[in-house]
This record gives sequence, C-alpha cells and structure tokens, in this order.
Amino acid sequence: MEKRELICIGCPLGCMITVNMQDGKVVKVTGNTCPRGEKYALKEVTCPTRIVTSSVGVSGGDIRVLSVKAREAVPKDKIFDCANALKSIKVAAPVRIGDIVLKDAAGTGIPFVATKNVKSGGTL
Amino acid sequence: MMKSYEIVIIGGGPAGLAAALEAKESGVDSILILERDRELGGILNQCIHNGFGLHTFKEELTGPEYAYRFIEKVLEEKIEYKLNTMVMDITQSKIVTYMNKTEGLVHIQAESIILAMGCRERPRGALNIPGFRPAGIFSAGTAQRLVNMEGYMPGREVVILGSGDIGLIMARRLTLEGAHVKVVAEIMPYSGGLKRNIVQCLDDFGIPLRLSHTIVDIRGVDRVEGVTIAQVDEHMKPIPGTEEDYDCDTILLSVGLIPENELSNKINVQMNAVTSGPVVNESLETNIEGVFACGNVLHVHDLVDYVSEEAALAGKNAAKYVLGKFDGQEAPAHTVTLEAVDGVRYTVPKTVNIGRMADTVKVRFRVGNVFKDSYVSVYYDDERVLHRKKMIMAPGEMEDITLDRKRLQEYPDLKKITVKIERE
Amino acid sequence: MYDVVIIGAGVTGCCIARELSRYQLNACVVEKGDDVASGTSKANSGVIHSGFDAKPGSLMAKLNVEGNALLWKLAEELDFPVKKNGALVVATDEEEIKHLELLLDQARQNGVPGVRILTREEVMKMEPNLTDKTVAALYAPTGGVIDPFNLAIAMGENANVNGMEFRFETEVLQIHKKGEKYALETNHGTIETKCVVNAAGVYADKFHNMVSEEKIHITARKGEYLLFDKTVGDLFTASVFPVPGKMGKGILIAPTVHGNLYVGPTANDVEDKESINTTQDILQLLTEKAKANHLSKKVIPMNKVITSFAGLRAHQDKHDFIVQEVPDAECFFDAAGIESPGLTSSPAIGAMMAKMVSEKLNLKKKEKFVSTRKGVLKPEKLTDEERNQLIKKNPAYGNIICRCEMVTEGEIVDAIHRPLGAKSMDSIKRRTRAGMGRCQAGFCTPRTMEVLSRELGIGMTEITKKGGGSQLVVGKTKEL
Repeated sequence: MEKRELICIGCPLGCMITVNMQDGKVVKVTGNTCPRGEKYALKEVTCPTRIVTSSVGVSGGDIRVLSVKAREAVPKDKIFDCANALKSIKVAAPVRIGDIVLKDAAGTGIPFVATKNVKSGGTL
Repeated sequence: MMKSYEIVIIGGGPAGLAAALEAKESGVDSILILERDRELGGILNQCIHNGFGLHTFKEELTGPEYAYRFIEKVLEEKIEYKLNTMVMDITQSKIVTYMNKTEGLVHIQAESIILAMGCRERPRGALNIPGFRPAGIFSAGTAQRLVNMEGYMPGREVVILGSGDIGLIMARRLTLEGAHVKVVAEIMPYSGGLKRNIVQCLDDFGIPLRLSHTIVDIRGVDRVEGVTIAQVDEHMKPIPGTEEDYDCDTILLSVGLIPENELSNKINVQMNAVTSGPVVNESLETNIEGVFACGNVLHVHDLVDYVSEEAALAGKNAAKYVLGKFDGQEAPAHTVTLEAVDGVRYTVPKTVNIGRMADTVKVRFRVGNVFKDSYVSVYYDDERVLHRKKMIMAPGEMEDITLDRKRLQEYPDLKKITVKIERE
Repeated sequence: MYDVVIIGAGVTGCCIARELSRYQLNACVVEKGDDVASGTSKANSGVIHSGFDAKPGSLMAKLNVEGNALLWKLAEELDFPVKKNGALVVATDEEEIKHLELLLDQARQNGVPGVRILTREEVMKMEPNLTDKTVAALYAPTGGVIDPFNLAIAMGENANVNGMEFRFETEVLQIHKKGEKYALETNHGTIETKCVVNAAGVYADKFHNMVSEEKIHITARKGEYLLFDKTVGDLFTASVFPVPGKMGKGILIAPTVHGNLYVGPTANDVEDKESINTTQDILQLLTEKAKANHLSKKVIPMNKVITSFAGLRAHQDKHDFIVQEVPDAECFFDAAGIESPGLTSSPAIGAMMAKMVSEKLNLKKKEKFVSTRKGVLKPEKLTDEERNQLIKKNPAYGNIICRCEMVTEGEIVDAIHRPLGAKSMDSIKRRTRAGMGRCQAGFCTPRTMEVLSRELGIGMTEITKKGGGSQLVVGKTKEL
C-alpha cells in the first residue's frame, strides 16, 4: 500500500489529505473536509497537471517580451520541458492574443499561445 | 481655457478600466483615464501567470488577458485615455494637473474624480532588515517587471522574504527561467499567500517555506552574497541560536502592499489607518464630495475580480453624481457607521447612508488572524442580525457580507453596524 | 607626472580639489568608488554644525566655524540646497543644564555667533513636539542642514570644470617615495606625482603610515540611522540633539534638507572599515528611540521608516583634524581624522589645504577660474509656464521616472551627461534623488536602468548599483 500526502488547494483551510493507493489505484482518501478535497486529491495523484505560463522574445513590436501560456494544462512532470522548449522561440510582431507561438511543447501535443497583443512597427 | 471632463479617472489599471466602463454604461460620455505607464492594464501586464477572472469571466485568464478584456471595451467605447501621463496634483475643487512629454503640464477641470492609483510594495527599509545594502535586493514586483516585461533576470540564487502571492509567483517564475530559489522565509506563523500558490509555486519545485522566520542579516558589499535567516518568537523577535546562512545573489521581498494615496492626501481625503486607504461611504465616495476610490488604492485586494466589481460600483456612483441622480431619488439621509471589532480589521465601506444606498451593498473586510470554525456576525446596534459559520478565514483572503436596504429601513433609529468574528 | 594627486573623492577630497583647481597645475583625484562621495560622505547626518561642540583651540573648532560661514555662500555659487534651520541641544534635567552652560562657554570661545540658552517655555514655543522632560535648550541659529552628496558633487564638478582630473574605480594600493616624487601603485597602474594629498577618510591612516614614521591611527566609528518619510518630516524645524556624551554628539532627531526626518546616528567602533552594514541590535535601539520620549514627545511611527543605513566616521585617536604636510614626508599632505563636523568643515579644510599645497609648489592662480556651477535643473522649481517651455524644448522633462520624488527623465539625463556624470544607479540617486523616496526605487529601477542603458550605450546587464561588481541583473531571460 502506497501513501501520498497532499495539501488541498481548494480553500485557505489547506487540508492535509492522505491518499492510500494500491497498484496505482486509489483505495482511500482521508483528511479532506469537503468533496472538493477528494476530487482534487484524485486528480493530483492520478494525473497532476498545471497551466504553464512563461514568456518568449518578440521582435519588431512595441514591447520586448511576449507573455505566453499553455493552452491546456500540461502534465506536471513536463513543466520544465515545456519551459525549456520556449527558450529558443522568438516571434515577430504583430501578435494577437491566442496566436500559437509553439505548436507542440515538448511532445505534449499542447500548444503555447500568446496572452498579449503586440503591435508591429515598434523599434524594440 | 481649461479643458473639462465629467469624470477623470486616475490610473488605467484594472480598477480604472472597470470604473470607466461602468461610468460610460451609466450614461456619462466625458471620461478621461490618466495612466502613467506605457500601456493600459496596470500591474496586470506583469502578472503573466494565470488564475485571473474565475469570478468575472468563469474562466482562468492570465493577467494580460484579463486586462485586455477591459482594454478592448474601453477602445470600443472610445473612452479617452492618456498614457505615459503622470498626475502631478489634484485640488479639492477638482482641478487635475497632469504631465506628459507631448502636452507638458496641463490643468483640467473634473466634475468627479475616481482615485484608482493602485498600490506599491513595502520596501526593505520599512522592515528594518539589518545588513549591507548591495545590489540584488528587489521587491518581488520590481523583479516581476524586470523578468516579464523587460526580459531580464535579477539573479541566479534567490532567497525570498515574505510569502505574499507575488513572492510565491516569482519563486515559480524564476525557477522556470533557470534560477535556484533556495527558501521562502515568512515572519508570520502562516502564509499570506493563497494555498494554491504555496502548492503550485513552492511545493511543486521543492522550495521550502519557513514560517515564523525572517532575514536577520544581508551579506555582500557590491552584490548580495548571502543572507542569514532566523526563527522568530511570538513577538516576532529573532530567537538567538536559530540562525541559518544561505548563499545567494538575490533577495526578493514580498512583504506587503501599501495603497498609493499621495494624491488623495493632497486634498485631505480622510484615511483609514488600517487599510492606508480612504474612508469611503456606501457609494465608495470619500469625505470629499464627488471623489471616489476603488481598487488597491482603497484597500489591497487579493483577487482582481473583486477589484473590477468594486471599481464598477465606483464608476456607477461617479456617474450618478455627475448626472445628479444622487439627489431626489433618496430618502432623508440616514447614515450609520460600520465598526470592525473582534478579529475584523476593517470594513469597506466605513459608513452607509441608508437613504442613498443601492438595494444591496457589499461590505468587504479582512480578518486579523486565522480563524477556524468561527462565525462572521453582524450586529445592528445590539441586535445580532447575521451569524454565518465559516470553516476557515485567513488574513490573506478578503471576506464580505451584504447589507440589504429594505432590511436596514426597518431600523429607523440604527446608529451602528458592527462586524465581528465570534467563536460560537 | 602630476603636480598633485588627491587620494579620495569624498567631500574632503572634492573640496580640496575645488580649491586647488583655482591654481595652474596638473592634478588628479583618485577614488576607489565609482563616484564622488561614495564612502563616509554618503552616509552621515547632513548637519551643518555651528561649532559649539568642538574643543576650544582645536583645529576642529576653527575649521568648523570657518566652514559654516563658507557653506552658505558656496551654496549660492555652486547651487546646492542648504537650510539654516538652527540646532538645539536639549537638556532634560538640571544636571544637563550645566552641560549646556559648558557648551555655551565653548561657543563663545570658538566664536560661534548667536548661541544662547533658552528656557523650557521659549524652546517649547519654538519646537512644540519636544519631549515634556525638556528643561532648557542650547540654541545655535547658525546650525543648518545640507545634502551631503550635493556638496561633494558640486565641489567635484566645479573642480573638474576647472581642469581637475578624476579617476574613479582606481584604488591606491601602495605609495613609494622615489627621489623627489611619489609613485602611487593602483589597480590601474602606477601614477607619479610631486605631491600627494591624503583625503582617504577611514583609510587615511593607512596611506599616512606608508610614508611616515610618526604613525597615526584612525578608527571606523559606525553610525546607524533610521530615515523616515517626508510625511513626518515636520516633527521638528531645528536639528535636535541630546546633551553630548563620550562617543559624540548623541542620537539626534532632525529633518533633512529635503524634508525627511531621521533618527541617529549611534556610535560604535568597528574593526572592519568596510562594514557599512546595519545591525539588528542597533536598529532595535533606534526603534526604541523613535518610539519613546527621546527628544520628541510624539511617537515617530515605525511604518514611516523608508530605509536604514550606516556610515563610518574616520575617528582619529586624538579626536582632532589633521591637516598638515607630514613632518617626515615632504610634499605628502594629510587631511585625516575628518569626522564630524567634517562635512561642515570641508570647505575650510579645502581652503587650508590649497593654501599649504600652493605655497609648497609655488603655484600661480588661474586667470579664468570658473567659480560658479548650476546643479541638476529641478523642474519643480519652475513656474508652470517655464516648465512647459522646458518640456517643449526637451520632452524628457515631461516624463516622470521616479514617482516618489517626482524626478523626470530630463533630470536623469542631465545627471548622466554633466561633468563627473552619473554612471550607476546610486550616482543617479545622489544627483537627482530618483529612488530615494518612500518606495526606495521599486518603481523607478527598471525605468532608470533603461535611461542609463540608452544614454551610456551599455547593455542592461552592465548597469551597476555602484560600480564594481554591483550589477543589477545577471542576464536575459531564456539565457540562464
């Protein structure tokens, strides 16, 4: 039997949740105060994901740095791979919110998109 | 001839934008937003992480995306705004003096002013952190601007003091950019940040959070070379013998925000010592008639959604004020004071004119400690009218109650509304 | 080869440089920091002492009174801010009144004008926020406040305009006498000169002792301060001192020339002459002073502290200034032991030293000495109309970079391009006050960096806080 300890992020209470697992399957969730806690714990132990946000370089626009995000949550263990995949990206202005700056981040199949508009014609 | 506007909004961040839109919606056309930065959106432009807008848009947006939802409408509505423009002065007669590169120093006449200047970060000096004063000490927000808007890294080996949300967010951001965040020290026995940020910004990356710890020494003459942190006792005094040294080249401070009320002070707006923001009535109007306040200049918020909601109300009321709709519709003035006691640090608003209030008025407040399984209670004079159980309340999360006009009208002699936390 | 090399571009070195630049000579100031006033001169009370405190008959007493008289005139000539706010020494019991009488006697002997003892009623009328314990006070009307950086900067700039060379980030490592001249080994090669003027602050003993058998000893005596927001700057009009003690003039509470308030300095002798760090115990002590009835009956709210800092006094064992040609080292001049009232005395020290050196080298006065200088233009002092004309001519004056002190881009550009122009964040701060306000550069740091980068044509990663290895950012994102 494997035990996983988690802090629930649902509210400031921050319940310490214990998840008992057997052969990769959840057997029991304890320590949560409300159903949200159980739901969070199940997700967190089976397929934890995060929305990764970062920035990329932009040229010919009115700003220097373009903020970007993963369009969907990426697996937690791919966070760094995704961040690193953005290192070599430099896009050209103009850019609209939602424009794809990277089609498939680190083999996740998840694209990164712009979260800011950039006008072209700037000197930066 | 001085140019005039019906409503002048100082600050084009989330508060100013929402106020402007609602004022326009309420029928005012002559609106001017004055923004000191190079673009609208305020601090949201550097908050590139997600988590904004769950309440307002029922989806999670990044800061720039959230801002753009409002900016887009401001553009559509053709609301006038000026960028790179600093407001230099305001007077009680509502003359606003601003300055920029193209127009120079300009005086304009406003009928109503909405204060939406936001807040600034508490600097190191305010904490009396001893040690040297080398390069490499940044407030978390300054570092955030450098990284997210200018594209520069403040350092490689980082220690963060204070577990406010900006500090936590920056811990993750710097980690993803290749820096090594060694520890986050928090002087309080609890974090001021959201649980989600502690888990997703610290725990995910194995960054330790040391509660009841503070920095007691900073080393390095030119650039930061290291810090010493120590545990503090219940009076927040460092406990000798608990010192630990960390080598680092950077210190980020995330130790609190202070509403920026220098302009408000120029016209003697009455201030609340707890919030460092103006004292306002149910209409978010200050003691200076026709001057309204909203957003972080009024009191520091943790969710931008609440800022937008509050600012819309200020915009609506400013519109009512200039359109003369505050007069006539109202019953005789009946003003009651809100008192914050027993764990409640303050309330916004501070007074309610029952004659003039909308059907409902939201009263926002913060608690001064972590309360578990306690009750938010509201008293009309000595009568308890609300007793709501809350599993958890923490200083980092704003609470609210709603006042109902019809109900209040049943108390013609009411003098005081008290908001408090009760154990049972 | 130089005629004169001055070691140290603190306020003493700068005043000497300015007075020497009246003469026809080939001279240079070497400074290990990246700017003038980067040591003791940058962290002190900024008080213009009237001169009642120094021991009668001492050089300190003489130069203090002379320096005080010179400063008011210099402030006009060289356009730096001063304010004659007066000084009060407050007695809180009968015993201390005796001390006031002693000081009054000293004041008379030293020739300090206008000093008198005020009754409790008189002084409380003058300063209603004084502690209720006040029984009497010594009042010195010629006491004042000054921006300590600006004096050094003004003197340095004016010297530079008159031909004085400045070499920054140049540290003197060793001094050898070579026949008739001195060879100064520095981190940037050897500099040869006929004369050396040693104005090295806390290190003046080190250089003196390299050339003389009559050793001197200077102790770094640390003073720590709390600086408060301008919103509490009106607590006192005068600079308010307690009755002095063994280690100095005590912890005062005083307004700065810019309208802030400070509590300090403390006095502790330290071994390490680089230890300009503040310390937990002392900050705690100052906090207590701010809170409790020390000189002020009002509590000075701690949430109005905007920064704390420490400076080192160059305390000489005999507690007097040494301004001399070293008896056993011809052409080597000391300006050593320049501790408080050194700032006030510095113009007089400069004049005295210039006289000694010029006589030694038989220097002739320049025909065209530029005696005036304009400081960084402060647009806030202009009328709206003048300001608008200025912005039309140079739009940078319409762009606020530091919101707390309302400093414009125009002022920062001015600071960068004037003589001895600013090259780092701290040097901009000292010239314009950008970053010196209540947010302590949180807002203006990225903006000032951008202006520096553009004006000096250097990358953002090369920008330093104060020269040396004090870079602000370590690289671009995505490159770490």
